[in-house]
Amino acid sequence: MIALLRRDLAIAFRAGGGFGLSIAFFLIVTVLVPFGVGADVTLLSKIAPGILWVGALLACLLSLDRLFALDWEDGSLDLLATAPLPLEMVVSVKALAHWLTTGLPLVLVAPALGVLLNLPPSGYLWVLVSLGLGTPALSVIGAFGAALTVGLKRGGLLLSLLVLPLYVPTLIFGAEVARRGTAGQSVDTPLYLLAGVTLAVIALLPFASAAVLRVNLR
Amino acid sequence: MSLWEYANPVKFMRMADRILPVLWPLSAILLVGGLIWGFFFTPDDFRQGSSVKIIYLHVPSALMAINGWLMMLVASLIWIVRRHHVSALAARAAAPVGATMTVIALATGALWGQPMWGTWWVWDPRLTSFLILFLFYLGYMALWVAIENDDTAADLTSILCLVGSVFALLSRYAVNLWNQGLHQGATFSVDAETNIAPVFWYPALAAMGGFILLFIALVLLRTQTEIRLRRARALIAREVVE
Repeated sequence: MIALLRRDLAIAFRAGGGFGLSIAFFLIVTVLVPFGVGADVTLLSKIAPGILWVGALLACLLSLDRLFALDWEDGSLDLLATAPLPLEMVVSVKALAHWLTTGLPLVLVAPALGVLLNLPPSGYLWVLVSLGLGTPALSVIGAFGAALTVGLKRGGLLLSLLVLPLYVPTLIFGAEVARRGTAGQSVDTPLYLLAGVTLAVIALLPFASAAVLRVNLR
Repeated sequence: MSLWEYANPVKFMRMADRILPVLWPLSAILLVGGLIWGFFFTPDDFRQGSSVKIIYLHVPSALMAINGWLMMLVASLIWIVRRHHVSALAARAAAPVGATMTVIALATGALWGQPMWGTWWVWDPRLTSFLILFLFYLGYMALWVAIENDDTAADLTSILCLVGSVFALLSRYAVNLWNQGLHQGATFSVDAETNIAPVFWYPALAAMGGFILLFIALVLLRTQTEIRLRRARALIAREVVE
């Protein structure tokens, strides 16, 4: 298990692993938004939490098709499926590796990008907290979508179509935490719901992903 | 005699052939009758005028958009548990019909909303969750088309349908927290103390019945088409081998 995690991390950090890609994408989205909506500072600070959430979500989506595709192509996914480690565990570890290389860096750079969007000082903590709680769910749900489309030649677009509706609850709760936190309101309800979604998804969805992978490896 | 008998494609085809000739005229009569009754023989609402009459299209299509997904869910479960091919094909056949119903519900709602709410679209919980439901239908259909092997496609789409149902339900309640609604609550119900007046209720009931029968007829027909398509493909494959 640890070995698999270390292998995935090593592959991701090595050249061509696409490690910096999602952060760069996040940066570009954040830079482009003010060009699109105008440089009005009050407007920007109002929509900043939402932009950060949508940007992080899209950046996360961008790297999903690499989650299983490379292992599928060179056959190591077959090896992993026949290994003593349950496939459910393999999926979870791969999702964890994806989160460590994509989700976590996005969470960490989000406050820096918040400066660009004139995020009010009260918002930094809640953007960090909500993204930190929400991005694991994005990785786990994404692993399900990646498992669904792993056998397809050009599955990237289909992957987005399948995964984006599944992201809706996480996005709603996460962005709501960030928005309410920034506005200085009570964040309890969306925060608990966000944590609930993340925990439930981590606990249950790997079973579906593993079932899907078994079908695809048949 | 049990329901599982119709897992046999031959028996299913025979049953569908027998039911469909009755189902088509019945749904046509109910639908046309209900709509004409609703459009021309009910009084205008005293505040909304005649725009209220779009409800005879809006409510039944919304009803079938949700029940279409439910039917797909049941069919997917049957496929996963008992692996009856007819069931998987029925789920596949229902998806475009359900998606069309969703579009009709959204479009009629927008047409009504423009004069009444003064806007084509608001991010109201009900409207939003219907849009999300539509996205789920799209993803489901796209996955069916994308995968070449039929059994693999049936397996993957049925799991997607199960997972999607949970998330669709979750989204339905999540959007409540996110925005307050403009859409009214349920107007039609069987057990509420204050239902709408019978003048409107009966034509609406007829239209709903018509939509339900139309849905069943379309799904049966499309399932038959899928079965025939598969038979034709099997025949071609056999010819090639020989």
